[in-house]
Amino acid sequence: MALFDFTIKELEEKLHNKEITVQDLVDESFNRIKEVDGEVNAFLTLNEENARTYAKELDEKEDAAASLFGIPAGIKDNIMTKGLRTTCASQFLDNFEDPLYDATVMEKLSKEKPVNIGKLNMDEFAMGSSNENSSYTPTRNPWNTDYVPGGSSGGSAASVAAGEVLFSLGSDTGGSIRQPAAFCGVVGMKPTYGRVSRFGLVAFASSLDQIGPITRTVEDNARVLEVIAGHDKMDATSANVEVPKYTEALTNDVKGLKIAVPKEYLAKGVSPEVREHIMNALKVYESLGATWEEVSLPHSKYAVATYYLLSSSEASANLARFDGVRYGVRSENADNMIDMFKKSRSEGFGQEVKRRIMLGTFALSSGYYDAYYKKAQKVRTLIKNDFDKIFEDYDVVVGPTTPTPAFKVGEKTDDPLTMYANDILTIPVNLAGVPGISVPCGFSGEGLPIGLQIIGKHFDESTVYRTAHAFEQATDHHTKRPQIGGAK
Amino acid sequence: MNFETIIGLEVHVELKTKSKIFSPSVNAFGSEPNTNVSPIDLGYPGTLPILNEEAVNFAMKAAMALNCEIATDTKFDRKNYFYPDNPKAYQISQFDQPIGENGWIEIEVNGKKKKIGITRLHLEEDAGKLTHGDDGYSYVDFNRQGTPLIEIVSEPDMRTPEEAYAYLEKLKNIIQYTGVSDVKMQEGSLRCDANISLRPIGQEEFGTKTELKNLNSFNYVQKGLEFEEKRQEKVLLTGGEILQETRRYDEKTKETILMRVKEGSDDYRYFPEPDLIPLYIDEEWKERIRAEIPELPDARRSRYVKEMGLSEYDANVLTSSKEMSDFFEDAVNHGADVKQASNWLMGEVSAYMNKHYKELHDLAITPEALAKMIKLIEDGTISSKIAKKVFAELVDKGGDPEKIVKEKGLVQISDPEQLKEIVNKVLDENEQSITDYKAGKGKALGFLVGQIMKATKGQANPPMVNKILKEEIEKR
Amino acid sequence: MADISKEQVKHVAHLARLAVTDEEVEQLTEELGAIIHYAEQLNELDTDNVEPTTHVLDIKNVMRKDEPREWITQEEALKNAPDKKDGQFRVPSILE
Repeated sequence: MALFDFTIKELEEKLHNKEITVQDLVDESFNRIKEVDGEVNAFLTLNEENARTYAKELDEKEDAAASLFGIPAGIKDNIMTKGLRTTCASQFLDNFEDPLYDATVMEKLSKEKPVNIGKLNMDEFAMGSSNENSSYTPTRNPWNTDYVPGGSSGGSAASVAAGEVLFSLGSDTGGSIRQPAAFCGVVGMKPTYGRVSRFGLVAFASSLDQIGPITRTVEDNARVLEVIAGHDKMDATSANVEVPKYTEALTNDVKGLKIAVPKEYLAKGVSPEVREHIMNALKVYESLGATWEEVSLPHSKYAVATYYLLSSSEASANLARFDGVRYGVRSENADNMIDMFKKSRSEGFGQEVKRRIMLGTFALSSGYYDAYYKKAQKVRTLIKNDFDKIFEDYDVVVGPTTPTPAFKVGEKTDDPLTMYANDILTIPVNLAGVPGISVPCGFSGEGLPIGLQIIGKHFDESTVYRTAHAFEQATDHHTKRPQIGGAK
Repeated sequence: MNFETIIGLEVHVELKTKSKIFSPSVNAFGSEPNTNVSPIDLGYPGTLPILNEEAVNFAMKAAMALNCEIATDTKFDRKNYFYPDNPKAYQISQFDQPIGENGWIEIEVNGKKKKIGITRLHLEEDAGKLTHGDDGYSYVDFNRQGTPLIEIVSEPDMRTPEEAYAYLEKLKNIIQYTGVSDVKMQEGSLRCDANISLRPIGQEEFGTKTELKNLNSFNYVQKGLEFEEKRQEKVLLTGGEILQETRRYDEKTKETILMRVKEGSDDYRYFPEPDLIPLYIDEEWKERIRAEIPELPDARRSRYVKEMGLSEYDANVLTSSKEMSDFFEDAVNHGADVKQASNWLMGEVSAYMNKHYKELHDLAITPEALAKMIKLIEDGTISSKIAKKVFAELVDKGGDPEKIVKEKGLVQISDPEQLKEIVNKVLDENEQSITDYKAGKGKALGFLVGQIMKATKGQANPPMVNKILKEEIEKR
Repeated sequence: MADISKEQVKHVAHLARLAVTDEEVEQLTEELGAIIHYAEQLNELDTDNVEPTTHVLDIKNVMRKDEPREWITQEEALKNAPDKKDGQFRVPSILE
């Protein structure tokens, strides 16, 4: 068994008993990265020197009291890390060596002393569902490198799946944590909007973005969220709501739990294979004493269109600051100001980013605002109301995370709309602002993981975790490992 | 054809909070470039705005002082445009729910009073400062970025450049009283753009307007508008067409110069700022701010006239600056005679300030000292003439008037015996003047008074000198 | 609602400060047209009496006290600048 097959809690014990050292854990990370990252490409920037120094320091000075003490972690490259290059996988920020400040999640993490191994690959500025929009070498799925790891937090999911780190942080705007977690067979949580501070997360769509953990087990996931969640004065949209002890919610008891299964989540478009695994999961819940009923999210079919209008509009403004004045790569081919803006941005941004900036700029432009942007905001209300209504009668909503398992590299790059449609089951959750998790629930015929999505009420991550944990403990999907670089 | 001029003004006022509107950076003028900045002000990726409560309070205060209705529900929006001094490429502003609406102020031009409407007052962030080097490059300093700013948009209610000038004076005056801004045009804490159009008298519809920018003083606003008024009239009379243009006023040539022609309206793609939470301003909050608003210039002026008995003119001059008016009230509270205090402030004090290009707070004299000095004049300790000497000392070095009078031996000679002696000595030396006076030459008396004053270094009590002199002449 | 024209695409690209080649204009016109066409399914819904959602959480009045704080130095402020001189960010002239 490899070190990263243990849970954080188990490693804590081993560290405490001096069976292992933090340096062992960090060695494990870098050895594994050397072994497989040439194929997986999960990392964009390694923090090796600092990580090793810090590991040594932890071994020498500290006792293992902090809740993430010495645990190797990877950070999605759209989360600001003081003194450590942060690129958002964009050529525009290729030279962004020092973001000057730490994101709030980094400050919160550092109190619990994990070791930052490095920055993780992603779709450029978090725009994409396959990692193929990374402007560096795209990440591949550790289960089969012909397949995509999902996106945009592809590096975050693949690094955990491949055993390079024990946990990672990702960000989720329309499914960017849950979808790659499903594709890579790991656990990915998108918390309630406002649960985790966005300060220091490079904004894609401000009203939808949330940071969340990706781990191998539900317990580890709950442990990391406990650390990064909570009110932050630097983020006006962060909620002043108490953070419960999520790890204490993992009671294995789902007796009487009322599960809603939206019929739209098992409709055509969802592959029979995926549907079958979801039905099996529901049987597991039945056997554990939970009940489920079919419900409807009547407006969910409008979610993708709503999402692309809203997220692109916000993105068109959020990404306007990349103008080549204060940071980033400035075009050398410009001789006046407007030219400098245009050339720097066009040379620095990839195709998908430009496409969405164009869409968003159009949707906000004079004469189109009401028809597109405002209309989408109104439909967002309807989608949110759908969830509110269901949660009057049910504890959680359950369904697949994605309509299909991971697709092949290059399979969907030709048509943006096909790619967008892949997010149909995750997007409504962001629009409603509710929490959602993806946990492994089986494998396809081709041996690719399938994700079960569990959605909860606002700020009720505890129930989501409890539901996910009970399923995980009743099954063994989470113990399976990809064979890349030898079974690890 | 005769035309009517239509003028509307857009005024930006920087609020003097301690920190910026959306970041904790210091809000200060005149620092080294890029020292009062944070990652938030520099628009670093991942940063978020955090609203400064005091900026909202200040904006409310200004809006209330300008008779605006205060919004109960308000919010911020993003105004999108690229410019090197605009670090996020959007300015956080207010679009459809400004904090204040439907206000007005009253102006007076040539004795005629007129209300000028204020369409809206909204809160936003200032941009950085862009300067142009001789080397073909431009330079950006972001110290000013994020300074809280209120934009005050007037109704197109002004009909002459003079009215525009009066509006600006009044607006500045009121805001100065609220204490939310320094309103110094030379430091950019008050800036003004002017819209002007002409229409044939009797026509309801407005003509095409031009916008004047770069107006660096109220005087230039008036001059620029006067030029523009004539220019537009000339164009219209010769059958030409006014284009929707932005023009600037050139201080050297005293002309307005075309900057750019506007093609349609600018597309700023406003949308609600997702990073900021809406504001709900309840009655309690409004009342709390309303209670903090000090007495405003109009109220003060009318109190000076009705309760203190000052003339309209004096009340006007005194209240035209809050500092002057506060100084005046302070002096009166320290026992100074109202009329005397007013005369001194409008006379000697103002003259000194003008001569030395100083403001009231630069002077060493305190309201208390002025009051004491006035009392010394009233009780006859010093003459008005001596008082000028005392004032010269006070204004430069400060101190206590009584002490100055004593130390410098400036006490007035009011002892009748002592004066009688001096008077007789002067009369002995000037027999001819006595003769002249008795022959009906009034001038002779003045000469004799002068001689007495000279002999006492100006310290003789003038009314007593007059009295005693006449008595002593009669005796001869 | 109509399809998006090439002229519109060029205008939008200018607003967004993106330089686009003729080829890109061609491609973007097609792609944006398809996405916008897809988005028009929202018109099936009657939203006349629906409030738009900007913030999914119902929070109000989040503000901070007016307390200044030192954060970064001038040197740090300019650290990542592509071009700088004498404590300022240097950019090409805004005059064309």
